[in-house]
Amino acid sequence: MAASCVRSRAALSYRLFLGGRINVACSPVLWKAAAAELQTVSGSQILRLRHTTVVTTKKNLAALRRETYTVDFIKKQIEEFNLGKRHLANMMGEDPETFTQEDIDRAIAYLFPSGLFEKRARPIMKHPEQIFPKQKATQWGEDGRPFHFLFYTGKQSYYSLMHDAYGKLLNLEKHKNELQAKGLFSEEAKTKDLIGSRWLIKEELEEMLVEKLSDQDKRLRALKIHRTSAASTQFSKSSMKVPKCHPVKIHQEKQHWKDQYAQFIRLLERLLTLQCGATEKEFLQSFRRSVTIQSKKQLIEPVQYDEQGMAFSTSEGKRKSAKAEAVVYEHGSGRIKVNGIDYLLYFPVTQDREQLMFPFHFLDRLGKHDVTCTVSGGGRSAQAGAIRLAMARALCSFVTEEEVEWMRQAGLLTVDPRIRERKKPGQEGARRKFTWKKR
Amino acid sequence: MLKRMTRLISRVHKAKHEEQHEGQHYSLPLQDVKTVLPHGLPPRFVMQMKTFNEACLMVRKPALELLHHLKNTNFDHPAVRYVLYGEKGTGKTLSLCHIIHFCAKQDWLILHIPDGHLWVKNCQDLLQSTYNKQRFDQPLEASVWLKNFKTVNERFLSQIKTQEKYVWNKRESTEKGSLLGEVIEQGITRVRNATDAVGIVLKELKRQSSLGIFHLLVAVDGVNALWGRTTLEREDKSPIAPEELALIYNLRKMVKNDWSGGAIVLTLSQTGSLFKPRKAFLPQELLGKEGFDALDPFIPILVSNYNPKEFESCIQYYLENNWLQHEKAYTEEGKKELLFLSNANPGQLERLCAYL
Repeated sequence: MAASCVRSRAALSYRLFLGGRINVACSPVLWKAAAAELQTVSGSQILRLRHTTVVTTKKNLAALRRETYTVDFIKKQIEEFNLGKRHLANMMGEDPETFTQEDIDRAIAYLFPSGLFEKRARPIMKHPEQIFPKQKATQWGEDGRPFHFLFYTGKQSYYSLMHDAYGKLLNLEKHKNELQAKGLFSEEAKTKDLIGSRWLIKEELEEMLVEKLSDQDKRLRALKIHRTSAASTQFSKSSMKVPKCHPVKIHQEKQHWKDQYAQFIRLLERLLTLQCGATEKEFLQSFRRSVTIQSKKQLIEPVQYDEQGMAFSTSEGKRKSAKAEAVVYEHGSGRIKVNGIDYLLYFPVTQDREQLMFPFHFLDRLGKHDVTCTVSGGGRSAQAGAIRLAMARALCSFVTEEEVEWMRQAGLLTVDPRIRERKKPGQEGARRKFTWKKR
Repeated sequence: MLKRMTRLISRVHKAKHEEQHEGQHYSLPLQDVKTVLPHGLPPRFVMQMKTFNEACLMVRKPALELLHHLKNTNFDHPAVRYVLYGEKGTGKTLSLCHIIHFCAKQDWLILHIPDGHLWVKNCQDLLQSTYNKQRFDQPLEASVWLKNFKTVNERFLSQIKTQEKYVWNKRESTEKGSLLGEVIEQGITRVRNATDAVGIVLKELKRQSSLGIFHLLVAVDGVNALWGRTTLEREDKSPIAPEELALIYNLRKMVKNDWSGGAIVLTLSQTGSLFKPRKAFLPQELLGKEGFDALDPFIPILVSNYNPKEFESCIQYYLENNWLQHEKAYTEEGKKELLFLSNANPGQLERLCAYL
């Protein structure tokens, strides 16, 4: 019975995980294995198997939710994943040795094309470490005695990390004192490694340690004071009301030492200030993540010259489903032609003309440029927005860098990402629900 | 500044208008407006008139050109047709009113149809014509027009005499040689015969202006209605062609240039037109082949948007009347903004300034 239960659990868990990830090439092998297993079991047992998998009692569901993945299970998954990776590489005709994760993603997208909008719902095949959440192995032995010496602090990995870091700090200070005593101490500037990177945020650290950290005083929560958002905890501490009956005094300065995450970062900063060796640098780098700076450089179109020697520049713009292409001449009298028609006739609504006016008015060049543009698709407002973007981009080539930056900050050069929201099933529109009837 | 003194100087008699006055406003005495233009002014202009308590028109090139032609008309030759055409909102109707006022001051008889489109759509009651069984009468429109015609040409009504006898019905008739005023009274009181009264008036005036007693100005706004389609239907839902409406039929005869002693000034209009695309403004497009052939030898006059001088003048006029309350309206940038947004189109500019 126990064996069949295990098998049933394995089968069920297998079915569950199939929705989450697809082990493509493994499936024929495993299916055969599973089918073979089922076949070996006698008919009545198969029925029992089905019975236990289909009809799950409440107790079973709760157990499945808090399912812990044993180390063996994870190992087995990793083996299966690697095997599957090789099979997939074979299927795609590529070299199994140099099959990277990107190749896997591409192959899966090719073999299982999905039209689902939510990217996370599409079939994925990733390393089990990325799929199964990290869990702690059992931390005590058979006699009930914990393995780690800091187990009874509650957060053993955090405190052990702090302990190690502090130990390193003390070592470095001792080393520095020795050098200073000998007179060989020399200052070095070492800020180069840290440019373009940031410390781990609290969530990332928690993920690394597989433990929850605190960033707020627990006593405050106990007082049941209304908590504002996490970003403004500093301010909320100063502005909260203290009920007069409560004898606890709140010292704002001393609350910092309760903040575990902040303390850790402070320790690492202290380590930074000292001279580190290679190992310490590696240790610090493991807690830094790179920050991708979005390039603020705008693509500036080159100025072109046509037959008469007139300077002009072309660029495109789009909004919703309207696409526009604008040709802005450097010297002109402020005439605008859209699809060969005067803009006053093409856009009878003032609002659209105001949109066209915006780039020129912003740069104070209202009557100085001539524009010819073509536009298609979208509606009247979308076409106006598309032309506006195209004109602003074209104007960049006639204008100084500073003004380009101003335009970017004004939002003239950004593509408007708003798109028509999809209609959901069970509702009449994107947001509108059906009329609610009481009966 | 020249523009500031624009209005003070140019309260001149319109007959003295010449090219140097172009772009300047001149005001019409309100009494004149009530007699000469009871109908025919664009409604927005009437509102502006009420607000400013004065009627000010701008002297513009198309009107000046027309005035020049009119001053040099030879009354022995057949009447010349002038067609004012242009984009929407450029000032065709107001130019027409300018011409009418000028001619009224010169003592011409004004035959002004304010909007041809009013006669081909939204008619409440259509009667079968008593005169001609195939045609249809429009008593309401005809009586309204007769009333306005009376207001415009009061003094002529006692001078012109009919040259034929007209029998209205078994009991009523108008003798030969009676005053035109009586015919009009008959049309106003007996609404059923109003359309026929209009037909009679038109016929008489055409005949008699060739004799040289008076000068006749035929001014029709929205003349493309005469040759387009109508939205009116018979009881069996079959559409009516414009020829089957007595008013339109008579008016077409009027607009033909087989009489002398006056001039015909026509305006095309897309705004009220039926079944014509929004962007059409050329005579060929709006009149259609039939209309174009009927009007064939005519002098087209294009009415376009303001040129920079006129635009400045218009803004100055609004500023002087304290119509523009926005602080930026006084600055150069504000003016540039208005210029861009309205593209120097008079109608658009007026609508924009209404909000400021």
